[in-house]
Amino acid sequence: MGIIEGRYGPNVVITSVDKVFNWSRSRSLWPITFGLACCAIEMMATSASRFDLDRLGIFFRPTPRQSDVMLVSGTVTVKMAERIKRLYEQMAEPKWVISMGSCANSGGPYWEYGYHVVKGVDLIIPVDVYIPGCPPRPEALIDAFLQLREKIERETIAKKV
Amino acid sequence: MTFTIEDITARLSAHLECALSLEPNSPVPLIIVPPEQLRAAANRLRYDHDLWFEHLNCITGVERAGGYEIVITLFSTKLSMMLNIKVKATGEEPTIPSITDIFPAADWHEREVFDMFGIRFDGHYDHRRILCADDWEGYPLRKNYQPPLFFHDIPVTVNVPGGHQIPVTRVPK
Repeated sequence: MGIIEGRYGPNVVITSVDKVFNWSRSRSLWPITFGLACCAIEMMATSASRFDLDRLGIFFRPTPRQSDVMLVSGTVTVKMAERIKRLYEQMAEPKWVISMGSCANSGGPYWEYGYHVVKGVDLIIPVDVYIPGCPPRPEALIDAFLQLREKIERETIAKKV
Repeated sequence: MTFTIEDITARLSAHLECALSLEPNSPVPLIIVPPEQLRAAANRLRYDHDLWFEHLNCITGVERAGGYEIVITLFSTKLSMMLNIKVKATGEEPTIPSITDIFPAADWHEREVFDMFGIRFDGHYDHRRILCADDWEGYPLRKNYQPPLFFHDIPVTVNVPGGHQIPVTRVPK
């Protein structure tokens, strides 16, 4: 939204358009199908029938071009970090990142002596929501999506958040 | 017919025409083979019709003071028995012969030992790193290994004592 960015305050047009945009964006969070470690197993369980992310409008997409959310689910190795960065850059704006589990948050058990683990995915890409846990329960992942939804509802097209 | 480890060692050393030593008190029977005899020993253990050590369980490396040891674990379904072969190598670029043509399963194991310890396997058809990035420097499981500060602009050693002296910034949202 480069044309109106930073030019308008919260007037009646902007807020009305915001409402529609934020509603549609936050109700169709499509994450990229992308798992790194054991957190990915919880991610799969969350998307499967018992916890069922589909009922929240969350569908996993097989390509970064169609995705809104990157779910970093697991240990980020240095070798994978370059691929993660590339995938993130290939995603279309607006895009958000959820960091799932201790490894993606801070390196987890590889915090000190992991020679090949990135100590937190936020050293590479910006993160919106962090989920603690090792691995987090599916409920925690759903909660992260709900928090991200609330965060998106506070955004406005008039200025870059 | 049952075979003890002494029988196997005697048979193997008769075939190789050299004396082989046994490591005492090893939980799994362990024969120490000189590197130049490794391929002949592996070949004999695999194709001997009384032994049939045709299942390769694992290849792993150990660094000891003064050199490296490569431990090859074989399993015989005929004898229902596990057997370790130990090969010793020394130097900054230790080299032992590859056994990928005798045991195809050795392929990735040898690449992993190369990746972690820098032990060369002479004759391996695809001698590359397997776990670390292709242009990674050093061999992480060596005792004198120091991880790099950065790898392609990605900070690696953030919390290690003697790691980053400059603060590393997290990407802001």
